[in-house]
Amino acid sequence: MAKVLVVTSGKGGVGKTTSTAALGAALAQMGQNVVVIDFDVGLRNLDLVMGAERRVVFDLINVVQGVAKLPQALIRDKRLENLWLLPASQTRDKDALTEEGVKRVIADLKTKFDWILCDSPAGIERGATLAMRYADEAIIVTNPEVSSVRDSDRIIGMLDSKTARAERGERVEKHLLVTRYDSARAARGEMLSIDDILEILATPLLGIVPESQDVLRASNVGCPVTLNAASSAPARAYTDAVRRLMGEAVEMTVPVERKGLMDRLLRRRAA
Amino acid sequence: MMNVMRLFGGRAASAPVARERLQILLSHERGRTGTPDLLEMLRSEILGVVSKHIDVDPDKVVVKMDRGKFVSMLEVDIEVPNGVQRSKMVAAT
Repeated sequence: MAKVLVVTSGKGGVGKTTSTAALGAALAQMGQNVVVIDFDVGLRNLDLVMGAERRVVFDLINVVQGVAKLPQALIRDKRLENLWLLPASQTRDKDALTEEGVKRVIADLKTKFDWILCDSPAGIERGATLAMRYADEAIIVTNPEVSSVRDSDRIIGMLDSKTARAERGERVEKHLLVTRYDSARAARGEMLSIDDILEILATPLLGIVPESQDVLRASNVGCPVTLNAASSAPARAYTDAVRRLMGEAVEMTVPVERKGLMDRLLRRRAA
Repeated sequence: MMNVMRLFGGRAASAPVARERLQILLSHERGRTGTPDLLEMLRSEILGVVSKHIDVDPDKVVVKMDRGKFVSMLEVDIEVPNGVQRSKMVAAT
């Protein structure tokens, strides 16, 4: 049974697109059939982070409007044959995306894939509500920073009220993914800790992605970090998160760079 | 540990402040989404009550809220000009 997952946050710049690419690739690396959909109409970027920007012909809106068939718009990843991308349109007309159209596209994708990852735009407007509309589960990407936590709280409220599942009286399973985490700064009291965030948002933790140069390096070259630097700390964090998504019990840690003795000494378990 | 670090010139930890600010803010924001702005509602109802008795300029009514962890302070400032006219509504009754 296909699962529809929305990657959302409210606030921009916290790592939704990076996380969608990394999680999608990690799922595909485990043999799952995965499609990632960019819902950021007008400001598409998932294609760029996935390294497929030069192969975009048709997009989600073309499919919704019947200009293109779904198989024509899907772009297959060059590295993983079971990873696909449905890009967003660059047209500025956000209204081109309709609830009915999105419903149809997702229903169609459900017959072809195991996982459908919807990369939500920032904000709480139409694009964001449509991205979460038909989700079975949600990944809320949060930075250890006050504005991000506040916006996550807002989005959690929307997931509980504005989704198709919520309206049917069912629930959207929510997972918190903390990104750009710095254990050392949190330990010094300079940054909200994982415990602080969990206490405030009261949402189960899916993973902790440490702040890392590998993330920027991966997006620079257009390759999900789980593929580009599979043994890096953020890649291991995303891979662990995916294993948890698939129901495995994986101990919650903050992966650290595997370098010298100092790193090993500083290795710290998340509370 | 944190206190020791502070002794050696470290800055006061700011995360506890962030955490407390968020807890206060979110306790107020939760459950409020979707309902009309509480402050605007209070402003117009208070204005309604007051203008039953005296003429006031709606723009001169300021409603402020200071949200605290345990109690919140609602402050209503109504500017009443000297030599105030009794409202016509009252005069009619």
